[in-house]
Amino acid sequence: MDNSEKLALGLSGLLLVLFFGAIMYAAVAKDIDVPTCITDMDPFVTDTLFQTGPDSYELQMVARMWAFQPSTVRLPVGSTVDLYVTSQDIIHGFKVEKHNVNLMAIPGAINYMRVTFNEPGEYMYACHEFCGAAHHTMAGRFIIEERLDEPEVDGGAL
Amino acid sequence: MGDYSFRFTKSEKRLVAVLIIIPMVLLFIGVYGGLMQTLFRAGIIQSDPFVGGDYYKGLTFHGVLNAIVFTTFFAVAFGNALIPYSLKKNLNVKVAWTSGILMLVGSVMAAIVILIGEATVLYTFYPPLKAHPLFYIGLTLLVVGSWVASGNWVPMYLQWRKENEGKKTPLAVVGMFTTFIVWFIATLAVAVEILFMLLPWSLGWVDEINVMLARTLFWFFGHPLVYFWLLPAYVMYYVFMPKLAGGKLFSDMAGRLVFMMFIVFSVPVGTHHQYMDPAISSQWKLLHGIFTFAVALPSLITAFTIAASLEYAGKLRGAKGLFGWMWKLPYFKKENWFFAYLITGLIIFIFGGIGGIINASYQMNTVIHNTAWVPGHFHLTVAGPVMLAFLGGSLYLVGQFLNKTIRLKTWAMIAPYIYTIGLLIMSYGLKIGGLMGMPRRTNTGASYANPDSVLYQADWMPYIDLTVIGGSIMFVGIVIYIISFFTTVFSKSNGPEEDAVVTFPISEPLHDEPSTWLRNFKPYIIIAIILIVLSYTPVIYDVLQATYGGSLPYSPDSPVPLR
Ligand code: HEM
Ligand SMILES: [Cu+2]
Ligand SMILES: [Cu+2]
Repeated sequence: MDNSEKLALGLSGLLLVLFFGAIMYAAVAKDIDVPTCITDMDPFVTDTLFQTGPDSYELQMVARMWAFQPSTVRLPVGSTVDLYVTSQDIIHGFKVEKHNVNLMAIPGAINYMRVTFNEPGEYMYACHEFCGAAHHTMAGRFIIEERLDEPEVDGGAL
Repeated sequence: MGDYSFRFTKSEKRLVAVLIIIPMVLLFIGVYGGLMQTLFRAGIIQSDPFVGGDYYKGLTFHGVLNAIVFTTFFAVAFGNALIPYSLKKNLNVKVAWTSGILMLVGSVMAAIVILIGEATVLYTFYPPLKAHPLFYIGLTLLVVGSWVASGNWVPMYLQWRKENEGKKTPLAVVGMFTTFIVWFIATLAVAVEILFMLLPWSLGWVDEINVMLARTLFWFFGHPLVYFWLLPAYVMYYVFMPKLAGGKLFSDMAGRLVFMMFIVFSVPVGTHHQYMDPAISSQWKLLHGIFTFAVALPSLITAFTIAASLEYAGKLRGAKGLFGWMWKLPYFKKENWFFAYLITGLIIFIFGGIGGIINASYQMNTVIHNTAWVPGHFHLTVAGPVMLAFLGGSLYLVGQFLNKTIRLKTWAMIAPYIYTIGLLIMSYGLKIGGLMGMPRRTNTGASYANPDSVLYQADWMPYIDLTVIGGSIMFVGIVIYIISFFTTVFSKSNGPEEDAVVTFPISEPLHDEPSTWLRNFKPYIIIAIILIVLSYTPVIYDVLQATYGGSLPYSPDSPVPLR
């Protein structure tokens, strides 16, 4: 093997190890992970929001053709949400603007991610997996407010 | 080694020409769909002016015709040309034609059901969206046809090995067999998905389907699929490009090592497309992430080896200094139009490769998964280096196999540059849009890009407009190519067919080592199988464990199941 070739091979390997180290650092030290397998949760078909602590909530979200239930979620600044997402019909996708939440909503499975809202504002969630003719209209939003007496949801199941 | 000519039979020549020309028509329909998509997304059109139907029908035939049909045909045609040429043995034409006919019938079948709107399921055909059964049957025939084609090469190769004991297999043959070994392993999973899950379910023989399982089998196939696209392009980079540049392949062993690494690491990585999926434990996702990094290594080796080969060529042409060789390459020589297709692809692949590492990076995938970033990324890979190499290769093949001189060479030479400019603009628009949160596979023109809609996103608009500009320039590039291609096809041939021989630009190695440890596919296939079993058993176990209920079929038009 040519020397330059050995050098290139070594540097390439080093680069990849470096990148991989960064991933492990984020996962272990910063606790930033991807969704995992959820088995301790009963299947749900309607959406619910309830408070689990002073600043924490659990939200069960149902995706269906062509709406998220709930479609609007109002929460106070500083809320941490345990988000469970599933689909009632076909595959949908769920991503919250400006936050590290990105979940596939798949029938027959429950997906989970925790998210904290530290800044007031409106954060859209748009469906990002093709789910039929009106896929492009399927979206909702979190509204995060400074002062809020009662968290509320809109567009949930009846 | 070096240049030599080989005499193909008339029937072989016809077959290769058919396998290139008919898919070219389908590709043109597919690319037309791409242009329409950019117009839909900006709200310029609301329905397809020629083919009719909505955004998603167009997106389906765009994905299927470009990324599945055209690419598979090219890989088979290229193998049917390069393997006999390199081994100096003729094909069994009966088997070869059978494979070609299976593929043609299957593709046309799938294309028709898509175009009449009975299979608007996109090229990933995730259940529980259901397509017409003929869609699944058509895809199966295409895949089976490709298996038959590659099976036809095996006895030729075994015979060659017997006759040439101790000789190295030509690198082109190693590359083509690698392509089809990866393809064969990958398509086994999609065959299981289609034959045992989707087809009986779409015919109504079974009621319900496990969506996560089908999706996992799809991605077992889906990632190696991208290497099936890439590997024939790599064959051209290693085998043709150094010669076209006027030099030699820097290292023969690097090429062999790269191909073997693709056999080992192509498959146990598919879950990196499912980082955001439920029902798969994150540690298995991480394992697939590690293997994905491993499979980045052969691409980095390729970047080095090809750059070193081009440097050598540039220096032979009198280049001085560290980077002088870059200015000495035959970029705009119309007689060397083929080089233009390969160099543009390599330049694009720098961006494609960086994007790929970002996508593979586990948590970082959260930011981009299923946003417009993703099509931005893969147009820089499959619609970039792969497509350009295949277009250049197609033109070269029809010229050789129909015994014609390439017409409109200046057009042929300039087309990849125009396409590249458009591609970089379009992908930039898609990628930045994606980082802002713009979803992929979405007809933004009817909502997010429509000022009258409550969903309107004003800050996405500049990037949506960039995709229109870039997409239109790409389309112009393709039209210029197609004109040159068909002008060549319909031109008069250079004398009687019997005299015509075929020549490929085969590069000689600069450094040629015995590399005895890289001469046999078998150990690498065995390692691959072990890694696949280790990496997929826990994934499939998780999926079966953590999912509940089954899904009835749905049409894309109604929230009520079809049964
Ligand atoms: C003029 C050339 C082209 C233009 C303007 C174009 C444009 C587009 C656009 C706008 C999208 C849709 C983005 C979305 O909604 O997610 C797309 C998707 C896609 N394109 Fe292209 N494209 C072109 C050529 C190609 C080529 C040559 C290939 C070859 C492989 C290709 C493969 C794909 C694939 C696989 C998809 C994804 C489909 C899906 O998500 O289901 N495109 N293209
Ligand atoms: Cu959707
Ligand atoms: Cu992949």
